[in-house]
Amino acid sequence: MLKIYNGSLPVESILNEWYGIYKNQNYGAFINFVGIVRDENGIDGLSFDIYEPILNSWFDSWQKKANEKGAYLLMAHSLGDVLNHESSYISAVLSPKRRVALELIDLFVEDFKASAPIWKYDIINSKRVYAEDRSTMLENSGILKG
Amino acid sequence: MAKVEFLGPINRDPIEVDISQLSQLKELFKNDDEIQKWLANSAVAVNDSIVSSLDIKISPNDKISLLPPVCGG
Repeated sequence: MLKIYNGSLPVESILNEWYGIYKNQNYGAFINFVGIVRDENGIDGLSFDIYEPILNSWFDSWQKKANEKGAYLLMAHSLGDVLNHESSYISAVLSPKRRVALELIDLFVEDFKASAPIWKYDIINSKRVYAEDRSTMLENSGILKG
Repeated sequence: MAKVEFLGPINRDPIEVDISQLSQLKELFKNDDEIQKWLANSAVAVNDSIVSSLDIKISPNDKISLLPPVCGG
């Protein structure tokens, strides 16, 4: 399950909803990761653009990998502005056994950072400044370079 | 005409291009200094699949997307 929210994530209600839905489905482990926007470098918050068609296919390929291990992935991400100390990202893995969930959450979050088509901006004085220095080139980038 | 869209921080309106091979985009953007900066670090998707080669046929209804470096979370 992948869901995009406008603005900051309602973390408590998302995690409660997921727990409520999945606790009766006989998963023994529910591991989650919540990203919180830090107050640093004079920013008021972060802002995000998302390209949903490729995000969806990227997520679906991970869901397939998880399902092959008996696990299930959940993810929520913000679109637009998220102020300091609010949350922009939650991912979670459900699995019958903890080891699969612990390993998957690590691999999934790392690949998310490298491959998900999401662009981050710092909000400074109400302007969006592309976080170029923290961004990662996607695989096969630069093929149109002159 | 195929459509080219510039995602995220590239911040340009989409354009339509009359090309039959993806490699022709290189020639089209040759003198565009601003876009050259982005081409060096952007991935290219055709109809929402990222490609690894320019040896790809382009049809009139195809969508080409340029994806600059990402940072979710």
